[in-house]
Amino acid sequence: MDLYPLWNSLRIAGISTAVIFFLGILSAYYIARLPRTVKGVLDVILTLPLVLPPTVVGFLLLRLLGPRRPVGAFFLEHFGLRLTMTWESAIFATAVVIFPLMYRTCRGAFESFDENLADAGRTLGLSNTYIFWHIRMPSCRPGILAGMVLAFARALGEYGATSMIAGYTPGRTATISTTVYQLWRTNDDGLALRWVLVNMAISFAVLLAVNLLEKRERRR
Amino acid sequence: MALSVDVEKRFRGFSLRIAFEAENETLALLGASGCGKSMTLRCIAGVEKPDRGRIVLDGVTLFDSEKHICLPPQQRRVGLMFQHYALFPHMTVEQNVLCGARRALRGGQRDSAVQDALEALGLMELKNRLPGQLSGGQQQRTALARILVSQPSILMLDEPFSALDSHLRFRMEEQTRQVIRQFGKTVLLVSHDRDEVYRMADRVAILKNGQIERIGARGEVFSDPGTRAACVLTGCKNVSAIRRIDDQHAEALDWGITLALPLKPGTDALGIRMHAIRPGEGENAFRCRVTEVIENPFSFTVMLRPLCAPSSAAPIGWEMEKPVWRSLRAEELTVHLPVDGILQLKG
Repeated sequence: MDLYPLWNSLRIAGISTAVIFFLGILSAYYIARLPRTVKGVLDVILTLPLVLPPTVVGFLLLRLLGPRRPVGAFFLEHFGLRLTMTWESAIFATAVVIFPLMYRTCRGAFESFDENLADAGRTLGLSNTYIFWHIRMPSCRPGILAGMVLAFARALGEYGATSMIAGYTPGRTATISTTVYQLWRTNDDGLALRWVLVNMAISFAVLLAVNLLEKRERRR
Repeated sequence: MALSVDVEKRFRGFSLRIAFEAENETLALLGASGCGKSMTLRCIAGVEKPDRGRIVLDGVTLFDSEKHICLPPQQRRVGLMFQHYALFPHMTVEQNVLCGARRALRGGQRDSAVQDALEALGLMELKNRLPGQLSGGQQQRTALARILVSQPSILMLDEPFSALDSHLRFRMEEQTRQVIRQFGKTVLLVSHDRDEVYRMADRVAILKNGQIERIGARGEVFSDPGTRAACVLTGCKNVSAIRRIDDQHAEALDWGITLALPLKPGTDALGIRMHAIRPGEGENAFRCRVTEVIENPFSFTVMLRPLCAPSSAAPIGWEMEKPVWRSLRAEELTVHLPVDGILQLKG
């Protein structure tokens, strides 16, 4: 059994989770303090990928990043970079799809933070940077961790947008989910089943990790 | 060690206009909830910005809207104890106190200052606990220790005892008074509890709807509150609007009786504290019917309605020690309202 799809899925999910970890936290932190109307509008836009069918996300991404589309053409011309049909392309797809998960859980965590703690820190003379990293973040840690693990799990299972923007090339862009589809389509049920079991094992482990984390945080 | 405050801040349906000075004393801000007491402290601490005005502490301008000065809270050296203490939940008692030492002290001094503060407030054995594992009193001591190591120029306590059980309150009050004595600088205390204010403060400011109605030495404010709001806030339960008959007589409209007393100009309400009423004949004596007897742990409150008053009149409460009521017990009684016990009020 060629394990390339496993490795490819893990790295795509890992990189996109790392990217949205920062993007999600930053946008949640800044949007949480905006006036209510602006917040409402941004909220809808940023949450949209969560409810749109992944094929729609994939379609829109292709319109943007395809070799003859504005952004895609620019990168191809100036940097010789193809933004579609490579394994890295899948990162765009998964990042867009999982961003709302991270953003929303982080925002929930930031909004339930007791601002009096930050105010107390300021009157005690603690710098705003110190307060962010040592008071705000630790208080919001359970929410942020949960968001991250969920985002990772979702990234691992991403199929629709990924198959559109990265396609399926064995040994190059194949991920677990696209491999399962391809094997099933070519009547290789036995191998497909093996990949299904691999995928289920990973998802099981991830969800177990979420539960253990939650339990540990509650004990603290 | 002087504080001078003169600020304005507008909110929806409410505006704050506060001006006062305080120097090396404990000044209590007494008011009902939502009157702007906590907001005043937050403005001084710098976590809230007034629209207009000036705040000066020990000659340092913390805020001046005309000169566009607004020091960040970090540079104000103002110790504010939040109502629920705002301890950092994921840090131990010791780490919380250490947070207070970061601004004022450098490396080596920090540890010894933290140990001293923990020692002084009896927290040594609790230093490795998290706030969630502490009782209310222990949390308050941690909050005090954390503020004191930050070496503030002023100490501000926002409803310091409201989160505590009544039996703990008394002990924490005692300890807080001791801390205040050792601190020796200006202390602002926000409270809605007149007993607490009387025991802790040198001066009292009565707040109503974002403004100071009355400010003065605590004895003065309690014996002559001056306004209806101040009278009620200092714990007087019997208040009645009046109609002035002449300079010597007033009809107490709520109580349905006429009282003889030298009326000051401008008086439009009268108050009498529940313990100032006396049994028997005397000035302003009335035969009354007992409408209700309320038993408190160590006293009785007897509600009286003068026989001459209509049945719609508000009863007058009279509080006395238990043996006194046991010897007087009756359905009808004669009591008098001594003139020196009657408070003359405006508004």
